[in-house]
Amino acid sequence: MSAFWLTLTVLVLSALGVVIGRARAVSVAGGDVRKLHSLPKYYGIFVGFTVLIPSLLLLILWLVTPPLEQVSTQPRMFVVLGIAVLLMVLSLIRITPDLRARNAVERVVLGLLITAASLAILTTIGIVLSMLFETRNFFGLHSWKDFFFGLKWAPNFRGDSELSILPLLWGTIYISLVALLVSVPIGLFAAIYLSEYAGPKTRGVSKPLLEILAGIPTIVYGLFALLTVGPLLLRTFGSGGLLGVDWMTGATAVLTAGLVMGIMLIPFVSSLSDDIINAVPQAMRDGSLGLGATKSETIRQVVIPAALPGIVGAILLAASRAIGETMIVVLGAGALAKFSLDPLEAMTTITTRIVSQLTGDGDFASPETLVAFALGLTLFVLTLGLNVIALYIVRTYREQYE
Amino acid sequence: MSNPLKTSLLTLDARTKKRNAAETRFRAYGIAAIGAGLAMLILLLVTIFGKGLGAFQQTFVTLNVPLLEEKLDKNGTRDLEKIKKVSTFGYAPLLKKAMEETLTEYGIETNLKSKKQAALLSKSAAAQLRNYVLANTDMIGETVEFTFLANARVDGYLKDRVTRESIANDKSINAAQLDMVDALLAAEVIEKRFNLSFITGADASDQRPEAAGMGVSMLGSFFMMLVVLALALPIGVAASIYLEEFAPKNWITDIIEVNISNLAAVPSIVFGILGLAVFINSVHLPQSAPLVGGLVLTLMTLPTIIISTRASLKSVPPSIRDAALGVGASKMQSVFHHVLPLAAPGIFTGTIIGLAQALGETAPLLLIGMIGFIASNAPDSVASGFLDPNSAMPAQIYEWAKRADPAFYERAWGGIIILLVFLITMNTIAVILRRRFERRW
Repeated sequence: MSAFWLTLTVLVLSALGVVIGRARAVSVAGGDVRKLHSLPKYYGIFVGFTVLIPSLLLLILWLVTPPLEQVSTQPRMFVVLGIAVLLMVLSLIRITPDLRARNAVERVVLGLLITAASLAILTTIGIVLSMLFETRNFFGLHSWKDFFFGLKWAPNFRGDSELSILPLLWGTIYISLVALLVSVPIGLFAAIYLSEYAGPKTRGVSKPLLEILAGIPTIVYGLFALLTVGPLLLRTFGSGGLLGVDWMTGATAVLTAGLVMGIMLIPFVSSLSDDIINAVPQAMRDGSLGLGATKSETIRQVVIPAALPGIVGAILLAASRAIGETMIVVLGAGALAKFSLDPLEAMTTITTRIVSQLTGDGDFASPETLVAFALGLTLFVLTLGLNVIALYIVRTYREQYE
Repeated sequence: MSNPLKTSLLTLDARTKKRNAAETRFRAYGIAAIGAGLAMLILLLVTIFGKGLGAFQQTFVTLNVPLLEEKLDKNGTRDLEKIKKVSTFGYAPLLKKAMEETLTEYGIETNLKSKKQAALLSKSAAAQLRNYVLANTDMIGETVEFTFLANARVDGYLKDRVTRESIANDKSINAAQLDMVDALLAAEVIEKRFNLSFITGADASDQRPEAAGMGVSMLGSFFMMLVVLALALPIGVAASIYLEEFAPKNWITDIIEVNISNLAAVPSIVFGILGLAVFINSVHLPQSAPLVGGLVLTLMTLPTIIISTRASLKSVPPSIRDAALGVGASKMQSVFHHVLPLAAPGIFTGTIIGLAQALGETAPLLLIGMIGFIASNAPDSVASGFLDPNSAMPAQIYEWAKRADPAFYERAWGGIIILLVFLITMNTIAVILRRRFERRW
């Protein structure tokens, strides 16, 4: 019997347990359910849980334990089903009017809830462990000094590659900077206008419209960068273009990816800053306006300074988004790893390289593939650091005015 | 300012004027910023619909093809095994002949060779013909009317993507062929119409952009969403109930909370690495399977669902819980019988938004191998829908964007329209749910 059918059989057995358990509870009470400690259905669920959980755990254990994997499926079926039936009989015998079935069932449910909540922790541990493990393998094959302090990224699938994160990190930071240069002024001014000037009507229309930009999948932005913004920039800055200069040779460039990423981040910056500006107490504005300051002076000299820590937090969150963004840079930034200040040149980022190293045909044990895990771990640490700092700043800022 | 007596209240002094100008400027910056944001949105939407709507139309060629017995079934035995031996190459002469006859019928003169004439048809035409013959062996010897897809270049010519100037260096089509297309167009042999197979069809090879469709990758996305829904909703709700209703305030629950808010901001590609390392390399689940994609997206969506579920649980007033406890319900009963049903609309809204996010996610899918070109066979059962290699809508779009032929770009934009239709529908449902059922206490 395959694992799937075995699971299904166990499920059916425990469903049967629910029905029989309920009936037995009613019968031990002599038909008078008031004599029971709990409602009859809890006795049924009690039997169901007693059958289901140990048998399923046993099955899972059997599936993941390597020596038992070799054993044929016949004994597995007998052991699992035998235990299920045994547990059903035992739990049915235990049913008496005094059995606190509800309490037992609720304890199990609480256990399930705790398991679900700890899954979040498990995910994080899984992320860190899986990447740590492969990163260690990578550093066994490749010098860590070259990875962190080397200056060249030149993977070579015949071996002897130079794999250094620095050029990739530079590309990542440069593109993120361009994105922030686009999104922060636009997002911030939009937030200021929406929270301080706009009437409820304007706000009600333009805020959700701006937030549509945040709901658009990144692949759409990637395509927009590759097929619309890139060629547009090329026609402006490329040879024979509108400006008559020859600064750009291909559609993929830092500016292409940065601009589009900036568009994507506008609603992110604006809605976060909007919340933060709204949290500034009205009394501070009233005080400033009462002294004769104009509205813009109040905003510049009172509201923004008061909201500054929160806004910095919002910008850091946007920066962490920009660093981890993948599809826009994969399609719009190019593949050249180099140190350059020219925003019209193609450059590459950490995320782009992760995709290209892991989607190639490379051998999974080669440093050229494993480097992706080291890159991923660096990316994880980087974005996690930014988030923790940003969340800390935003939280202390909020507490300040509560 | 030197003589304050001379200024009147009605004439503004220089400093006030300056301050007022600064005020107006500041306001204008705000309007300009919102205008810029909205302009980007409009530009984006105009680009998507302007470039993508074309993908829903396709150029078709209607030809009467003589199914010559001497080519398909030399012995005349109608033996299916024998007929199967004729490969698609064997069908090419039929297409050439059909094309020649059509040209004569309408009196179109061209000095093109018959091979070049038939090149106006898609490379899938011969396969289409062969499939028909294998299914209807009794039609051999008759002349049957077929509607073939036209070659992507011809399609591009009808959609103004290909022009007489742009084909100067194009080996696959020349000006004489375009003249022929013009004549056939006038004779209504070639026509452009709605193409359902873009929505329902499978991906096609590099050589046949005209035959590529989104259907199979849509199924891939569908099966992934089933996995996400089946796992993320119950686990997310259970985790939120524990954290919101039962968890004691201690360092462990603090860690879980910080952890969840940070997980929500982990770059999606990191989840892809996790999926590759754990689900594929350690647990050995099949690569490129929607099941694995769904598991990865589940982990990614969980924080979103937990955060929104906790918010809606929090919005249920404590008096409800107190009332339930007061009439003798247990803590568990008060939560499951009263709080949870009242929070349900908010939970579903959050879940739909989380699902919409997962539907548009691409990066992690690339790492676990759900790349586009895999989506060429539709799954034939539910199990194969979960376990057989497939792609997903955004990954399919990415695949098309990477291909060299510009005809694929139109399909990528078209694919985006389909994806956006799904996203808009889901978000609209979420908004309606919130508007109709949200309770203010």
